[in-house]
Amino acid sequence: MKLQKSTSLALYSVLEFAANPGQQLSAAEIAEKYGASIHHLAKVLRELGRAGLVESARGVGGGYRFSGNAKRLTLMDVIELFEDISTRTGESDEFDGSSEVGRALGAVMEEVDEIAKATFRSITLDTMLKLIERQRRGAAEAKPSVQA
Amino acid sequence: MTVPQKPGADAPELRVRPVEAADLGDVIAIDAEITGLEKTDYWYELFHRYGGGRTRQRLFLVAESGSVIQGFIIGEVRDWEFGSAPCGWVFGLSVRPGARLAGVGTRMLEAICDGFRHTGVSKVRTLLARDDSLVLSFFRSQGMMAAPFIPLEMDLD
Repeated sequence: MKLQKSTSLALYSVLEFAANPGQQLSAAEIAEKYGASIHHLAKVLRELGRAGLVESARGVGGGYRFSGNAKRLTLMDVIELFEDISTRTGESDEFDGSSEVGRALGAVMEEVDEIAKATFRSITLDTMLKLIERQRRGAAEAKPSVQA
Repeated sequence: MTVPQKPGADAPELRVRPVEAADLGDVIAIDAEITGLEKTDYWYELFHRYGGGRTRQRLFLVAESGSVIQGFIIGEVRDWEFGSAPCGWVFGLSVRPGARLAGVGTRMLEAICDGFRHTGVSKVRTLLARDDSLVLSFFRSQGMMAAPFIPLEMDLD
């Protein structure tokens, strides 16, 4: 399953905001961090705003801050704002269902997609933040200490 | 399986302990409330096999708050099944719907993991229905990731 660019940007953004609740971040900061076009990101943030996941902050610098519930919001909730993967099946995507081989390959792709969708539905933003933290700690522990 | 949590003010202290025969009525009621099926014989049989601390490898625990059973968890250490080194398996976890979001599931999982550690294993696994998002989310929130196994099935004609 391949996600669209807007969806990836939305996931990056919403996780940045959820990691810094109450803090306002500008579109420029996020665009720079993830190498995205600010124009594209602005459109993504507007959509996240319409869904109530972020709110725009007025005042000097402007920006956005997180306004969702990180313990309840799943990756699938964010993804579905940008693309409808819940009804997507392998058959309709990559393989032509008019042949026996295409239908069989489609069934395998559908199996792969179903697992991916269940995974997206089961992971909340809060769980993602914990995963990021665990990876950060793991990387820090794996890093050899430098002696002066 | 059924779960998840948030601290409630003035709630009696939660205690996780091995199941006792007198708890089975509550266990059966919690399971029936969640699944819609009252499986009395099944639970007595499970108590016979897993209850009462019969072996260190089998754990059937309940979470008690005051004198109320709020949930239960069941698991065991299985050796060399599915080509895997011995590891703990959680195969039953339920929290009374009215007691969710209070850390009951987390406390029970911690307790059963402690029990597994005492037997010397260093990994815990579970298996869930793909559409059971609530419980999948709970185990994910506890740090569980996909295991290197794929469950398979077929119809027996």
